[in-house]
Amino acid sequence: MIEIDWIYGLIGGLMIGAAAATFLLFNGRIMGASGLLGGLVDGTGRGNWTERAAFIGALVAVPAAVTLFTGQPDTHLTSNVAVIIAAGLLVGIGTRLANGCTSGHGVCGISRLSLRGIVATVFYLLGGGLTVLAFRHVLEVI
Amino acid sequence: MRLLISAFSGGLFGLGLMVSGMTDTTKVQGWLDIFGNWDPTLAFVLGGAIIPMFFAWRFAAKRETAVLGTPIPAMPDPKLGRNLTLGSFLFGMGWGLAGLCPGPAMASLSYGGWNGALFLVAMIAGMVAAVPVKSRLEAPV
Repeated sequence: MIEIDWIYGLIGGLMIGAAAATFLLFNGRIMGASGLLGGLVDGTGRGNWTERAAFIGALVAVPAAVTLFTGQPDTHLTSNVAVIIAAGLLVGIGTRLANGCTSGHGVCGISRLSLRGIVATVFYLLGGGLTVLAFRHVLEVI
Repeated sequence: MRLLISAFSGGLFGLGLMVSGMTDTTKVQGWLDIFGNWDPTLAFVLGGAIIPMFFAWRFAAKRETAVLGTPIPAMPDPKLGRNLTLGSFLFGMGWGLAGLCPGPAMASLSYGGWNGALFLVAMIAGMVAAVPVKSRLEAPV
């Protein structure tokens, strides 16, 4: 049985992959969300900051425009401020140390059969799985 | 033209994140919740995204430059180090705690409320903090 969420997931996934393919084949760039933003944050992406800014601008503006018609989707984000800050710090520091996140290592790396991408994906899935196990089922805080 | 393509890709990425449901943190945490009420949606998203990129890489392998003249990025040095493994593990921890990774964190800026914006600020702070840590981890043991 295929659930409707899975079909939306597949269609959305194909759109994400098409976006990454366009970015690669036209601009010769790897579509990694953390790298595109991180290069602006620490200055390593100064050489092509306009491309990064255009990408991120549209990444924010297009969903913003869609919500004008569909209404605001519920993100179900926790309201626990300590959890949000800790999670944000971990995501920021971790993706920059590893040079990539779900889009860069996961989508662009695995599809290229890059060993680094595959190893990174195994480690962040492990980190995520163990964290949900510990904080949801043992400590029961998320 | 480069900026137009960048904006097109960014916009399509954002739409794909919305359609796939990856802006909903419960679906992400549900995927990571292997020992609880497991939600496999993310596997369809990742699988779906890998398909076009697999063909894009195959196509790119036959050419040296992208359409707009930039060289196709070289395969990264396959060297695995502490930055890659430890960094990915830390990222996974944050991903599991809040259910947001960098793409959706940016995409949800307009509808994630103040808490979503707070996550984004903390993430940027983490990116700044990573710079000195990274060079230390890269130093030989």
